[in-house]
Amino acid sequence: MQLPIYLDYAATTPVDPRVARAMSECLTIESNFGNPASRSHQFGWKAEEAVENARRNVADLLNCDPREIVWTSGATEADNLALKGAAHFYHKKGKHIITSKIEHKAVLDSCRQLEREGFEVTYLDPDSDGLISPETVEQALRPDTILVSLMHVNNEIGVVNDIGAIGEVTRKHKVIFHVDAAQSAGKLDIDLEKMQVDLLSLTAHKLYGPKGIGALYVRRKPRVRIEPQIHGGGHERGMRSGTLPTHQIVGMGEAYRIAREEMREEARRTLALRDRMLRGLEDIEEVYVNGDLKLRSPGNLNISFNFVEGESLMMALRELALSSGSACTSASLEPSYVLRAIGRNDELAHSSLRISIGRFTTEEDIDYAIEKIHYAVAKLRELSPLWDMYKEGVDLDQVQWAAH
Amino acid sequence: MAYSDKVLDHYENPRNVGRLDDDDANVGTGMVGAPACGDVMRLQIKVDGDGVIEDAKFKTYGCGSAIASSSLLTEWVKGRSLDDATQIRNKDIADELGLPPVKIHCSVLAEDAIKAAIADVRKKQGNTEDQT
Repeated sequence: MQLPIYLDYAATTPVDPRVARAMSECLTIESNFGNPASRSHQFGWKAEEAVENARRNVADLLNCDPREIVWTSGATEADNLALKGAAHFYHKKGKHIITSKIEHKAVLDSCRQLEREGFEVTYLDPDSDGLISPETVEQALRPDTILVSLMHVNNEIGVVNDIGAIGEVTRKHKVIFHVDAAQSAGKLDIDLEKMQVDLLSLTAHKLYGPKGIGALYVRRKPRVRIEPQIHGGGHERGMRSGTLPTHQIVGMGEAYRIAREEMREEARRTLALRDRMLRGLEDIEEVYVNGDLKLRSPGNLNISFNFVEGESLMMALRELALSSGSACTSASLEPSYVLRAIGRNDELAHSSLRISIGRFTTEEDIDYAIEKIHYAVAKLRELSPLWDMYKEGVDLDQVQWAAH
Repeated sequence: MAYSDKVLDHYENPRNVGRLDDDDANVGTGMVGAPACGDVMRLQIKVDGDGVIEDAKFKTYGCGSAIASSSLLTEWVKGRSLDDATQIRNKDIADELGLPPVKIHCSVLAEDAIKAAIADVRKKQGNTEDQT
């Protein structure tokens, strides 16, 4: 077993060795280094072929047409392109956009920008499990709604929205539906023949591909239009200019090809490890799982240890690489907005850990982590005045705290 | 975030963890912070007949820097008079522990805690004439 143990696969994943090998073949003078846009020689043709193979691999995982895949620098750019691109194209139809309070910042901050440009945005409240229902979406629709943007899997709590059902609502009302699938592609089934999703953001680095590459799916039937946000040589059918990074794209293609072959087995394996982790932790007193446990991405566990602060907990767990919803781990000193939006109080938000499990996690890793977490929680509760008070039967909500 | 060796040391081996008898007239308690803000410190001091702090205990819910700030504080106040202890400033704690700017509030909380504990013991002893 190698220390520290990586349990932060929702933040990023290591590149699969098979992916790294494919990428390394697109860099040097002996290999496929050409500019895919070079039409006049075989270096360009060969690079273009590699890019188009990768495009097909991405499209195959999602059951869509390769021509519907637009390369971007990652999911953040894809989200920006989807929201601003669709809003700018369809603004004459209306200026209302619907999203949720627990979206990724790439979506929320793009919405803020669109508000500054005169669009109006409705931020839906998720239920206490973290989910947005199709009914909630339908009720928020207005005659001037042009776009709904919701994530498939939440990055913090791993809960899964029913994008198939939500897509039926948006299609019925002829509203564009954008889905951020950064956390779900290659982990959950996405069938774009069946799901009525119009725009879908993808990334490589959450799926054992390299950082710095992603894609936006843009539906052709019925045709969805977007205004480009980056102008230049007219690459990607004019939707996203910029020389295509062959090695990055080949890496993403290989990662998605592997995912298509192995995702079922991998989902089974990571779910078993997740359940092993949960079983090992749920005997600790005052432990709360955040978000629905059934409708959840297989490798995610988000769990709060009441009366223990998340950053100090991570400090005690320096042999484990994971993340926390604690304010102290963020630049803003605000606890997780996702946990707050699902109704968790600040204390539980401060006390949360996100454990995310992936391809290279072993049972040994999980068992070691369980033991360490038990020890750390006990140690910090020994130090915690709140734990004392809880044990004495003091209702902490009734105490007059001097907020600072 | 990278922690200084001193923060790590106090975090790994916190000094003077525990509690003193609240009902003792010579014990003062300072409880500051709020769970919603992510840190709560409880600092207790016990003074002898000469007004010198002979014992100090703490419990802290909070980040590593908050735990280290309160642990360091208990070391510093022991053996000091109450007047002397009121002179402890958050900056001294932050400097000693090498706290980054984002963690200065942890040292502020520690200063608040010792002030609150001193005020409490003075109130209990009905002795307010030497308060500044």
